[in-house]
Amino acid sequence: MALFARTPVAPLEYSRTLWMRLWVGAVMIFLYAPLVVLMIFSFNDSKRNVVWRGFTTKYYEKAMGNDQLVEALINSLTIAALATVASLVLGAVAAVMLWRFRFPLKSAIDGTISLPIIVPEICLGVAFLMFFAAVDWPTDLIWPFNLGAIIIAHITFCFPFVTMVVRSRLATFNREQEEAAKDLGASEWQVFRDVLIPHIKPALVAGALLSFTLSLDDFVITYFTSGPDTITFPVKVYSMVRFSVTPEVNAASTLLILLTVALTFVALKLQGVKAIAETH
Amino acid sequence: MTDTAHPIIQIQNVSKRFGKVTAVDNVTLDINAGEFFVLLGPSGCGKTTLLRMIAGFELPTEGKILIDGQDVTGVPPNKRPVNMVFQSYAVFPHMSVADNVAYGLKIAGVKGGEIKDRVAEALELVKLGGFETRMPDQMSGGQRQRVALARSLVMRPKVLLLDEPLSALDAKLRAQMQFELSDLQEKVGITFVTVTHDQDEALSMACRIGVINKGEVAQLATPSDLYEYPANRFVADFVGSVNIFEGKLTLDDADKAAVDCPGLGKVYLNHGVTGPHGADVWIALRPEKIYLHVPGEGKAVKAAAQDAPDGYNFARGKIKGMSYLGDITLFEIELESGACLRVSRPNLSRHDQDDFTWGDKVSMHWRADSPVVLLG
Repeated sequence: MALFARTPVAPLEYSRTLWMRLWVGAVMIFLYAPLVVLMIFSFNDSKRNVVWRGFTTKYYEKAMGNDQLVEALINSLTIAALATVASLVLGAVAAVMLWRFRFPLKSAIDGTISLPIIVPEICLGVAFLMFFAAVDWPTDLIWPFNLGAIIIAHITFCFPFVTMVVRSRLATFNREQEEAAKDLGASEWQVFRDVLIPHIKPALVAGALLSFTLSLDDFVITYFTSGPDTITFPVKVYSMVRFSVTPEVNAASTLLILLTVALTFVALKLQGVKAIAETH
Repeated sequence: MTDTAHPIIQIQNVSKRFGKVTAVDNVTLDINAGEFFVLLGPSGCGKTTLLRMIAGFELPTEGKILIDGQDVTGVPPNKRPVNMVFQSYAVFPHMSVADNVAYGLKIAGVKGGEIKDRVAEALELVKLGGFETRMPDQMSGGQRQRVALARSLVMRPKVLLLDEPLSALDAKLRAQMQFELSDLQEKVGITFVTVTHDQDEALSMACRIGVINKGEVAQLATPSDLYEYPANRFVADFVGSVNIFEGKLTLDDADKAAVDCPGLGKVYLNHGVTGPHGADVWIALRPEKIYLHVPGEGKAVKAAAQDAPDGYNFARGKIKGMSYLGDITLFEIELESGACLRVSRPNLSRHDQDDFTWGDKVSMHWRADSPVVLLG
């Protein structure tokens, strides 16, 4: 009977074929093994962090107690939050404009708007360094105004992503809904607020999440635009690594990973609820 | 309708061109207050464009549109006293049923308490009482359409515009909704203007029908006039099924007329027609108005009717095709001239379908008041 105990594998049940399982397992290991190792070694009771020498949480305490690291983290979060808000507004408005209106140079703008995504980061970084030097951007402002240059740079490469996701969402919009709202007496602004914004909400959530994480972990462009008082978390971690890879770096990185995972989870949760309500 | 019906919508010499394409061509049309008016035509004939111009979503290239005596030609849709039910229903997916229906009232600044009462009333009207908190994605297509109806009716518009309201529903539901829409229109007394390409829909619901062809009004008439007295070949062919034959007018008196059709034979009418002697005309003959007989019997039956001279309104042929539809049987008959004639025959008894079969020789006759003479 054992021969028949197992129900046969149906054509599309890929997850039940052995080879497929092995393949998926290999992919998962390839993707996540380095991260898991990093997390495990954040609990390593060793200074040089090469060989496992026992469990400890002291490096978490050390990382939390590292004023420079905490300051860098606060800087990073502030930059990410502000850049996200600005990118959302700019990106969404650009997407709606390109979708809704006809105006001179539209195709030119349409073609170049995603350029900051394509241009190599190193070039953007150098460009920003030269730009801020050329305009004599003030470097002695008080916090958080001293983060201005980095925020501007981050907005530049974040908002095209928002535009992209919002535009693809707009493509599924039923124009009759807009007309229905107008038919019921709504002005252009009311149509935008009551019909269009609710429709693109999932894209706004996705765009915000993208912007926030892109900004949070950007190193190259930030490296060129940050000054001695405006160190961000990735830049700080890089400078710590240059001395030695201590478990403190691992601990700090683990915290950052947990933070991004939590944010992603919240965003997906929000988006999931909205997406179900907006399938029609 | 009263005899003092006043036009609620006046379309005056309206044309609409999209680039080089003329969608609506110099249309003049009055729609009376309180009537159920249907714009009927094949797809791409301009009927939807006409409806959208009444709603304000398209601006006429030429001409004027008046609603209740007021020129609204340049007035935007959100300022017009008309509301529209869209083909896709366009129910707001992120709002509950009650919020959907309340939307227009909120925009208009109606007070909360009144909104609640009017929303409840409107939902009751479309038989959606108790559905207030439902979300649109939890409803069927038919229910969403009712939401769209309630959302428009709650505004108490002077005219309700419906764009192909039944096209997305299945056959059973469509028949039911046809009835309900007429019923609803009678109940609320609002003028309904519907666009459709479905002649059955138009005939069953409308007070009057405007048949649109290539952007022009082909005929404006009540459903029965449209069917029994089509003004031209397009209308005769588009509304219902019809046999059309070309012929020459050979006799035209005040009380009788005759047309000689090479395809069909000699046709006699017991009324006069307007047309010069010898003019090229067309004869339209509905399939259900032709009587089918076994050979020999036909002449005698026709002679008994005595409404046409001998040799007129009579034809012989052979059954080429048959389709049994239950209530009626459709026959495709090859005439002696080689032309084809469509005849329908009601199955009055349960054995009627056994009377004829493929290849049978048959004779046909029709009454002198059945054929319609068309000049165009």
